[in-house]
Amino acid sequence: MSKCRIPLGPFHPLLEEAEFFDIKVEGEKVVDIEMETGWMHRGHEKISETKSYTQSIFLVERICGICSTSHPFAAAHAMEDVDNVEIPERAQYIRIFIGEMERIHSHLLWLGLAGHFIGYDTLWMWAWKYREPVLQIFEKVSGNRNHYAMFRVGGVSRDFDNALIPEIHPTLDMLEKKMLMIAGAAQDDPVLRSRLKGVGVLTKEAAINYCATGPTARASGVDIDVRRDDGLEYDLVDFPVRVLHNGDVYDKLVVRVLEIIDSVNIVRQCLEAFPKVGGEYLNKVKHISPGEGIGRYEAPRGEVFHYIRSDGSNRPLRHKVRAPSFSNIPTYKASCVGIPLADALITLAAVDPCYCCTERSIRVVDKNNKKLEHNLLTMSREKTANLKKAVAGSEKTPIDRIFED
Amino acid sequence: MLKYLFYLLVFPGFLFASVFGLIVGWIERKVSARVQFRVGPPFFQNFYDVFKLWGKEIILIRNTPYFIFVIAPIIAFATVIMTSTIVGMTFFYGVGIGGDLLFIIYLMVIYSIALILGASSTGNVYCSIGAGREMKMLISDELAFILVILVPIIQAGYKIDLTQILAYQSANGMIIGSASGIIAFIVGILCLQAKMGMVPFDIAEAETEIVEGPLMEYSGPLLAFWKLAHYMMYVFLPMLLVILFWGGMSFASFGSIMAGIGKYLLIVVLMILIRNTNPRVRIDSAINFFWKWASPLALIAVILAIIGV
Repeated sequence: MSKCRIPLGPFHPLLEEAEFFDIKVEGEKVVDIEMETGWMHRGHEKISETKSYTQSIFLVERICGICSTSHPFAAAHAMEDVDNVEIPERAQYIRIFIGEMERIHSHLLWLGLAGHFIGYDTLWMWAWKYREPVLQIFEKVSGNRNHYAMFRVGGVSRDFDNALIPEIHPTLDMLEKKMLMIAGAAQDDPVLRSRLKGVGVLTKEAAINYCATGPTARASGVDIDVRRDDGLEYDLVDFPVRVLHNGDVYDKLVVRVLEIIDSVNIVRQCLEAFPKVGGEYLNKVKHISPGEGIGRYEAPRGEVFHYIRSDGSNRPLRHKVRAPSFSNIPTYKASCVGIPLADALITLAAVDPCYCCTERSIRVVDKNNKKLEHNLLTMSREKTANLKKAVAGSEKTPIDRIFED
Repeated sequence: MLKYLFYLLVFPGFLFASVFGLIVGWIERKVSARVQFRVGPPFFQNFYDVFKLWGKEIILIRNTPYFIFVIAPIIAFATVIMTSTIVGMTFFYGVGIGGDLLFIIYLMVIYSIALILGASSTGNVYCSIGAGREMKMLISDELAFILVILVPIIQAGYKIDLTQILAYQSANGMIIGSASGIIAFIVGILCLQAKMGMVPFDIAEAETEIVEGPLMEYSGPLLAFWKLAHYMMYVFLPMLLVILFWGGMSFASFGSIMAGIGKYLLIVVLMILIRNTNPRVRIDSAINFFWKWASPLALIAVILAIIGV
């Protein structure tokens, strides 16, 4: 049978963002898949170098429209890591609250999209209906349905209004009930099961080799969760890490549904703690001393990593971001090859890829539209290393040095 | 002659089937919307869509056989008009043309073949995969569909006229009341689902996978033909089931007319609910389903019908 090349993207109904997958099929079977990133480059890292630390946190919030709090969370961690800033306990609880509510709405959004991708539009609409009250809670708590602008270096920018607690509890109860219903439906519905069970298996070895993170890794039996592994704020609450072992789309769905239920429980713990824990919510940080800091956070899609290099000025000298999809998207190579096209597409969607978060790189082509081979990872490391050499021992900012020249 | 032209072009043919089809299409969209907690489109939305498509330009692809590309939707549309005329004549007037069931089976296959031809003529990968899937759907649901149709034929004493099947039912009770009838009716609804390309069997057009598949390159009036043909199937396919299994519609009294409309709407709503409570299946599971479950079930119904249960 002859090979046929299916261009999936850059614009395709399956992808909510522009991304290009070059799928080679024999009949219906996928024999090879190639990914091409670089359609959504927005230059956040570079812009961040021109903003003050506080502005920078609001900037990285715009990296992802769905998990919009994960990047500020990690960036704040990185900035606090430079000086080991203490965070007030109330602020820690507020951070957990925002982070977990976001996990709920992000996973619900994925659940809906996954339903849409397999032609189950009812699941799509239902999941998004349950997501709506979560956004309304966000609006009450932070003033925004998305992009909550809650994070600052050293705490959060707004206090949590304890009067909202009775309003939030019914929503949590509803979410827990509906999630159990969806989990039951996924288990009982033979058509849904046949569509998801054993599809797009990512083995444990492949998940480790491709450095998969988040629910993608946990569904394949890799026991990682930055929330538990790093501790920090999350030492205040109790939660299990859900690990399943089949690595198929069905397990990825179950992991996410279980995590929604866990997040509901974490949010309940926060709500219990809020009346007891008073005091400050922001430890005002006036100055970030020269040095470097890293911050990690378990975003709904996996580990998000931020690196900050400070030279003592009020803006970062280097701000490096790695989104979870960066390591999750290449797992397609391991999970999509050899399965039918219809399954490959839901497998693509099952890692919950977030393309524009990932793409802090552009595709470089020469005059003949030929790709220039650049190892972007190496380039990025080189840039950071050169920077380190350049600023070592120097108290002056790069701008000062430019003026000296 | 004029009477038959009227049948073909006005009622129950082209005009009636297209207008009523668009209305049923609205019902489909509205019921789906209510199931999904949405408001749904306004009543005339489908009319707007089709009229808008009529006003758009047709984009043809260079270096492809235009003739097949253009003629395929017209052939498909013609077959759909003919089928709806034949079914509607029996449904509304009680007039048959003789051997009409055979004719309907042939016309339905021609529709699918026109779709495959039109899609294959474009050379687009999505279209060709869609055409391949449409072909697989055709060979998977066709056997079950024919077996389902055989049940009323056998029960009515080996008559292939719709009018004679109706006459048998008015004399001996509805076919759906018998064991073989109810089995065939259930399999028949699933076959209609596949014939119409509705979820869970919308594999050929799978929007999120292959971007409407066979219809991808169609635009303007040609796309309007396909869409209209699709909506017209909503009119005559459930009607066909009502005639074959549920005693058709009688115009004796207001109550019986309402009962006929009720039967028709019940089948339509059942199909819409199946559509809304299932994900799209894979093509191999669809073939598996029809060959391993639906067709044997229909075969059992045929055997039961021969025994006379």
